[in-house]
Amino acid sequence: MDKLRNIVDKIKPTFSKGGRFGWLSQSFDAFETFLFVPNTTTKHGAHIRDCIDMKRTISIVIMALVPALLFGVYNTGVQVGLTGWAAWWCGIKEIVPMIVVSYVVGLGIEFAAAQIRGHEVNEGFLATGLLIPMVMPVGTPLWMIALGTAFAVIFGKEVFGGTGMNVFNPALLARAFVFFAYTPMISGEKVWFASDAVSGATALEQLAQTGAMQYSTWDAFLGFIPGCVGETSKLAILLGAVVLLFTGVASWRTMLMVFVGGLSMGYLFEGVGVTAYPAWEHLLVGGFAFGAVFMATDPVTAAQTDVGKYIVGFLTGALAVMIRVVNPAYPEGMMLAILFMNALAPLVDYCVVQRNVSRRMKLARK
Amino acid sequence: MNKNLRYLTGPFSKENPVIVQILGICSALAVTVQLKPAVVMALSVAVVTGFSSLIMSVLRKGVPSRIRIIVQLVVIATMVILVDQFLKAFVYDVSKQLSVYVGLIITNCIVMGRVEAFALANKPWASFLDGVGNGFGYGIILVITAFVRELTGSGTLYGYRIIPESWYEHGYANNGLMLFPPMALIIVGCIIWAHRSWNKELQEK
Repeated sequence: MDKLRNIVDKIKPTFSKGGRFGWLSQSFDAFETFLFVPNTTTKHGAHIRDCIDMKRTISIVIMALVPALLFGVYNTGVQVGLTGWAAWWCGIKEIVPMIVVSYVVGLGIEFAAAQIRGHEVNEGFLATGLLIPMVMPVGTPLWMIALGTAFAVIFGKEVFGGTGMNVFNPALLARAFVFFAYTPMISGEKVWFASDAVSGATALEQLAQTGAMQYSTWDAFLGFIPGCVGETSKLAILLGAVVLLFTGVASWRTMLMVFVGGLSMGYLFEGVGVTAYPAWEHLLVGGFAFGAVFMATDPVTAAQTDVGKYIVGFLTGALAVMIRVVNPAYPEGMMLAILFMNALAPLVDYCVVQRNVSRRMKLARK
Repeated sequence: MNKNLRYLTGPFSKENPVIVQILGICSALAVTVQLKPAVVMALSVAVVTGFSSLIMSVLRKGVPSRIRIIVQLVVIATMVILVDQFLKAFVYDVSKQLSVYVGLIITNCIVMGRVEAFALANKPWASFLDGVGNGFGYGIILVITAFVRELTGSGTLYGYRIIPESWYEHGYANNGLMLFPPMALIIVGCIIWAHRSWNKELQEK
């Protein structure tokens, strides 16, 4: 470790202001802080109000994603009929390129943008770059992932001013781009299996079409069903949720209320007689659980006030189930629900704050 | 003459109605899925703005200012109907594709904006050039947007196939998002971005 520190210290002047590669100082800084925890932590953070700096926060998110990712790798092989090491190898061959493409494209743009503006490179993309391949089905062509990532980073993030300023969740924006641009591949009706050109109906599509899925509840919970890389195993997502909640990185209010919202909407449809399957199956299929745990709780795009978190969380879940059941075009609704509520979250926050202000004004007048 | 020429060319870039004055955005989103309707629309708008400005400029001294809006509407509506009938007679398929948007030229802010702001205070020839210039300034943006949208969204240009079939066999796919109006808005935004980076004096402080 000391050796590495020495090397970094030795080349630092070259990359600092006035040095030969002074114009690369932002990129250098990013690598240095990636290797070593800086002595200074964020004082007025963009959005995270905590004593740890953003790099550690992002590391925790990545740790929480690991179980779902590992299971996704294994499941990729299982879905084409492999077991054991063969399944792992098949998954690695499919998913590692997706992750590499997402990171290379996204970080490339982030470094370029930071360099042009003279900002520090932000760590936000480290989580986003891992989330992007996890919300895509296996076998999505790599150039589509590259395009989606580029779109999300440029129009979802850099245009608004970088990490912490974005209105929409960048990973979901990448998915939304691919979703609308190349709908047949990703709309939730069918997914590609790793052996190319074979596609099958997802559990969601089976629910939407026939009112029952062919997979057992236990399989859906453990994740042995086709779907996007990260979304299939509810058990692995649950592990991630425990990490996020235990460390306090994600808000339990949002997470809880997404599930409450989804369930109440599901039971409403079941009670009225629109859907024949039990409402809790909504939580087991598709991206509902993944979105609730990793996407809706994104501290940048979610509501900031506590009451706002309850409202936005509830509406996200309710909307997701509503899109699934009522909209005939897409069997999946979680992505659209979260993006829509991302747009509404500032408004909800504003109303909550204003209500508080007027209540206290009334007290003051008394 | 030099000054008149500036009336014609000014709206092409620095006084562009779409990307600087932000007028006529709605129709720019609606008719730019393909290049052909966009070109026809651009020409129609140029004709309407040009002749409306010319006629109103000729009439400017005889029209009492209290009723000028209604007179302008009569003139513009007449021009729009003429253009609409012309399109139906000679390029029926494009006219069908454009559907209500030809009739809606009447509500295009550029037409009335130029008549109000320019033609009522200037001589006929200058007004005509200003109208045509603004029409073409609008058209330039339409054509650029339609070019990008048709090429990436359908793989064709002006109806002719540009992206070869063999690409599709190798996994290329048309970008369906480009066919939706939101993407046109993003493209127009990109044009504004590039344009203001180029013309720094247009950047808002």
